[in-house]
Amino acid sequence: MEPVATTFFFYFLSGLTLLSGVLVITRKNAVHSALALILGLLAQAGLYLMLYAPFVAGVQIILYAGGIMVLFLFVIMLVNIERAQKEEQFNKQWLIGILSAGALGALFVLVYTKGSSLFPTAMAAPVESNNTQQVGELLYGQYMFAFEIASLLLLVAIIGAVVMAKRRI
Amino acid sequence: MVPVTTLHYLVTAAALFVLGVIGVLTRRNVVIVLMSIELILNAVNLNLVAFSRIWGLHGQVFAIFVITDAAAEAAVGLGILIAFFRNKETINVDEVDLLKW
Amino acid sequence: MLDYVTSYLGMNTTPGQAGNVFWALVYIFVVFGGVSVAVIAMNWLERKALAHFQIRLGPMRVGPHGLLQPIADAVKLLTKEDIVPSEADRFVFWIAPLIILCASFTVYIVIPFGPTHAITDLNIGILFMLGVSSLSVLGVVMAGWASNSHYPLIGSLRSSAQMISYEIAMGMAVVSAILMTSLNKSGTGTLSMIGIVEAQQQQQVWFLFKFFPLGFIAFAIFAIAMVAETNRAPFDLPEAESELTAGFHTEYSGLRWSLFMLGEYTAMIAVSSIAVTLWLGGWLRPFPNTLTGPAWDLVFSLIPGFTFLALAAIAFVGVIRMPKHPYFRIQTAGLAAFGAGLGVIGLLLFLPPVRDRIQDIFWFIAKVAVFMYLYIWYRATFPRYRFDQLMKVGWKVLLPIAIGVLILTAILGVVL
Repeated sequence: MEPVATTFFFYFLSGLTLLSGVLVITRKNAVHSALALILGLLAQAGLYLMLYAPFVAGVQIILYAGGIMVLFLFVIMLVNIERAQKEEQFNKQWLIGILSAGALGALFVLVYTKGSSLFPTAMAAPVESNNTQQVGELLYGQYMFAFEIASLLLLVAIIGAVVMAKRRI
Repeated sequence: MVPVTTLHYLVTAAALFVLGVIGVLTRRNVVIVLMSIELILNAVNLNLVAFSRIWGLHGQVFAIFVITDAAAEAAVGLGILIAFFRNKETINVDEVDLLKW
Repeated sequence: MLDYVTSYLGMNTTPGQAGNVFWALVYIFVVFGGVSVAVIAMNWLERKALAHFQIRLGPMRVGPHGLLQPIADAVKLLTKEDIVPSEADRFVFWIAPLIILCASFTVYIVIPFGPTHAITDLNIGILFMLGVSSLSVLGVVMAGWASNSHYPLIGSLRSSAQMISYEIAMGMAVVSAILMTSLNKSGTGTLSMIGIVEAQQQQQVWFLFKFFPLGFIAFAIFAIAMVAETNRAPFDLPEAESELTAGFHTEYSGLRWSLFMLGEYTAMIAVSSIAVTLWLGGWLRPFPNTLTGPAWDLVFSLIPGFTFLALAAIAFVGVIRMPKHPYFRIQTAGLAAFGAGLGVIGLLLFLPPVRDRIQDIFWFIAKVAVFMYLYIWYRATFPRYRFDQLMKVGWKVLLPIAIGVLILTAILGVVL
């Protein structure tokens, strides 16, 4: 099956991702930032689908957009104070921050232009009907140890979050 | 237009990374700093998955691990935020300066 | 251009897999229209069925036996004043019902009405459905927060906490059903919705009855969790009027409230479709492998026609029992016309070409209709759970049982 209108969807989705990134870092209202981040995460799931990674796209929608962002919205609702919106939003070192981030971006551009011969320009579309199966085989085969460590990490995070947010231990 | 290659995805990921770094370095609101960290992690994920198209599915497996990590870190980070918010009624990073000289 | 349209007609796949945008759009419109009609019918059926459960009659005036009541409700809601609370965040207030609606409707892309009757068949179908239906929690949270009033805030916090708690039990039950798909001849399972029903066909058993009672317990967990997920009785504390003055949609009036109701009924039909596909054999007719043969096929293929003829007969009984007063002439004529329409559809379904094509879609819709009636029955019968009891059931009862069923299914799948 031939992919349909790849260039249009790529520019649309990546434009949406970058636009949502800009909105996240510039909005005064934290809820608007969270909504922009949700939009960006969903656009990124679309980009994963274009890269023939449907399982990672599904995990992104369920975990990131449907789990982590709900957590963020809960906490924003808990700690949202009105006077924070009327205060100064950017701190005193904003200029140096933007300059150093710009230097980092220039470094990235340099690396990509110098090394552009390493990336093939045209690739065959991989079979995606058994992507989930192959990811599962890798995850439970070669990366079994990392999988168990990740589950232990989640357990530690659960205990840590509960302890941190309790009033009296 | 030019056909879309891996380089396009890498440039998008780099731009997203730079936006996240700007957010972390310049914003005062703690929740927005945490959301910028999520932007950085997403940029890294996009990079991994873009490369996994060339060099096998290991990138996708690692992207799943990164998403798991991001969930754990967001939970603990927000827990710390709530604990600090109870002590001092502020959500600005500049005002967390009790140990400052 | 014309051969782009007709080239799909000979193919044996869904339009999404064939890459045919035109037919995909046609299917999308058909599904959208069907779901809207189903929501309207659900609205009428809920009021009539609840009324009859409570030994009263329900709406009788608007059309014959209240058949035009949903249309009157829609007109009323559309013409109401659009009130936005004064300090509310207008953008978030506007977008919250849209998020719930879009999340609920996007799920219909992968619902399989037949072996090739779906808009598309993603190979991560069930993962996509679970993920997108979890996006409606965001809409609920934003609706409560944007209303800038304490009842909606508490209601939305409770409602979203309930929804994310029961999502986990739902996910575990779904995983145990997916495990059963891997027990077919080729040895690999599948996440695609059409693949799950075909696995049930191949293994010659509905997953409800597989490894009895494990499939049944997984189905029961999903059936309870899906009622809690859609905020319906008996888990409707966040939106019950006597408790929280309608919870997170208190401040919404008119068209915005109707969007919430549309989203709620759509989500109900969507999760019922997941339950039907995973455990009840999707589009397969009852007893597909014990009662085989062309004779039984013929008997079962006549059932759609007989269903509509039975409904037409009920309508005609209603016509006969209408009061013989001149004021009721229009209603009697309307009901007779409705009954005649149902009868015509029933007779149409007896024609062999229509009969063969309508089988899969009819059985799928019939099973989902049974679930819809069960939703209304639960609402009429069960008392409401208190919020702490609700969370206790979600975390301390359903989740351990779901994990236990998952482990046992995995062990039995490997051993047997």
